[in-house]
Amino acid sequence: MTKKPDAVVVAGVGMMPVGEHWDLSLRQLALEAISAARLDSGGLRPQALYVANMLSPALSGQSHLGPLLADFAGMRGVEASTIEASGASGGVAVRQAYLALMSGAIDVALVLGVEKVTDKGSSQVQAALATATDAEYEAVQGVTPSTQAALLMQRYFYEYGPPEDSLAGFSITAHLNAVTNPDAMFRKAIRREQYASAPIVSEPLNTFDVAPLADGAAALVLARAAALPDGQEYPQVEIVGSATATSALALHDRPDPLDLTAAAQSAQTALMQAELSPEDIGLFELHDSFSIFAALSLEAAGFAERGKGWKLAQNGDISLTGHIPIGTFGGSKARGDPGGATGIYQLVEASRQLQGRANENQVPDAATAMTQCLGGSGATASTHILRRVT
Amino acid sequence: METSQHWRLRKQRYALVGEVCPHCESKIFPPRDICPDCGEDAREMYQFSGRGEVYSHTTVYQAPSGHAENVPYPVAIVRLEEGPLVTAQLTDVGDQPIEIGTPVEMVTRKLGADGERGMLVYGYKFRPALVER
Repeated sequence: MTKKPDAVVVAGVGMMPVGEHWDLSLRQLALEAISAARLDSGGLRPQALYVANMLSPALSGQSHLGPLLADFAGMRGVEASTIEASGASGGVAVRQAYLALMSGAIDVALVLGVEKVTDKGSSQVQAALATATDAEYEAVQGVTPSTQAALLMQRYFYEYGPPEDSLAGFSITAHLNAVTNPDAMFRKAIRREQYASAPIVSEPLNTFDVAPLADGAAALVLARAAALPDGQEYPQVEIVGSATATSALALHDRPDPLDLTAAAQSAQTALMQAELSPEDIGLFELHDSFSIFAALSLEAAGFAERGKGWKLAQNGDISLTGHIPIGTFGGSKARGDPGGATGIYQLVEASRQLQGRANENQVPDAATAMTQCLGGSGATASTHILRRVT
Repeated sequence: METSQHWRLRKQRYALVGEVCPHCESKIFPPRDICPDCGEDAREMYQFSGRGEVYSHTTVYQAPSGHAENVPYPVAIVRLEEGPLVTAQLTDVGDQPIEIGTPVEMVTRKLGADGERGMLVYGYKFRPALVER
């Protein structure tokens, strides 16, 4: 494949393990990820910083992260701002950087996802998360994202009647993939019986259906291919599809809540840009903040028919050697859920797969990857398609 | 949310007042002024009956601050008989099993308080229908 000078490529990646970083503040987490990505890029100088974050104003009392983090990371002066789209913040931030690069306004962009959540207690975190639901009609009723996921899961089981533990496979596969990921939060395989006997979080949702929200930071250096110096160490990864779409914010305002229309629309648009169909995708980093979203995302993106996404988790289809591997480093469920930074982790991990540096988690012959993150139970969805070029 | 925010919502909260689209006759709740079905202006007020059935349901054990003292509490999405879905807590459930399809009706209840000495917030919840229809 020939190198296109105006293509947008991944020039460097970096990330912190997701977890309880008691010794690191939001800005320190950000700096670690930024430094790693810049080093990985061979020292490219970003002309703009896009910060993906959803919870800092509520949990750290800190907004205006653009100048704070640009300055703290030694980039004082560059254009910098925050992108907030709840759990989809990361994907939407990549999309903004992609647009700036494609327009030719800049040659090198830095996209950072950062989240600091462990300084606050559970009820405060739940309240902060609930601000991403409809404050006047959902949060006022005591609804949180977990509640929304439970309501969707309950309805899914009613409409399609899959076996009671049909979503277990998503959690089991995620944990299995995380065993060989040294950066994962939970590096322990789980058994189907453990899933079946796990404590209930919000019927029918149990502990193993819920990804653990924790601190994290990941960064990407994106560049126009023409701006890259020759002699790159790793195969080049190009962004060949980029799309964001929205649906109604409140679940009750969607004509069919089980139909993630924003996820479907952004996936279709990104696939069209890439001139690919779902069968061409080698791996799919989807948003498994709750296991029900793994099933619904597989359906929305065209990897399964409606009501049949759960079947892909039954017989190895989603494993590293299956026909559509997902959450290849453990996903949000086992790598850890970095909130609004999720989309950046997904692109970092997908890039490592395509560059052949996924170590024990390598998907054999991975040449194309789709990443998709969801915000507010699918109110925003951002999809990217990456392809190995050289 | 602040006093004025709640006050602005009094018709919806206390009387389940939404809108009806003058163009396609869709019933709309919560009110949104532009019809989600046909895209035309829809500002005509419409009083919903308050009757509906459970579309989906769950129970909340890990509550956000402001609701923590009420756990566990049941939450549902209700399909109103006029068509729209609405998210609300269930109340007065007792020993009755809640299932998808269970008939419910709107009642006014305390939703929470803004802190220990703060304003009490009232609004709609739904209870299992007292009379079979």
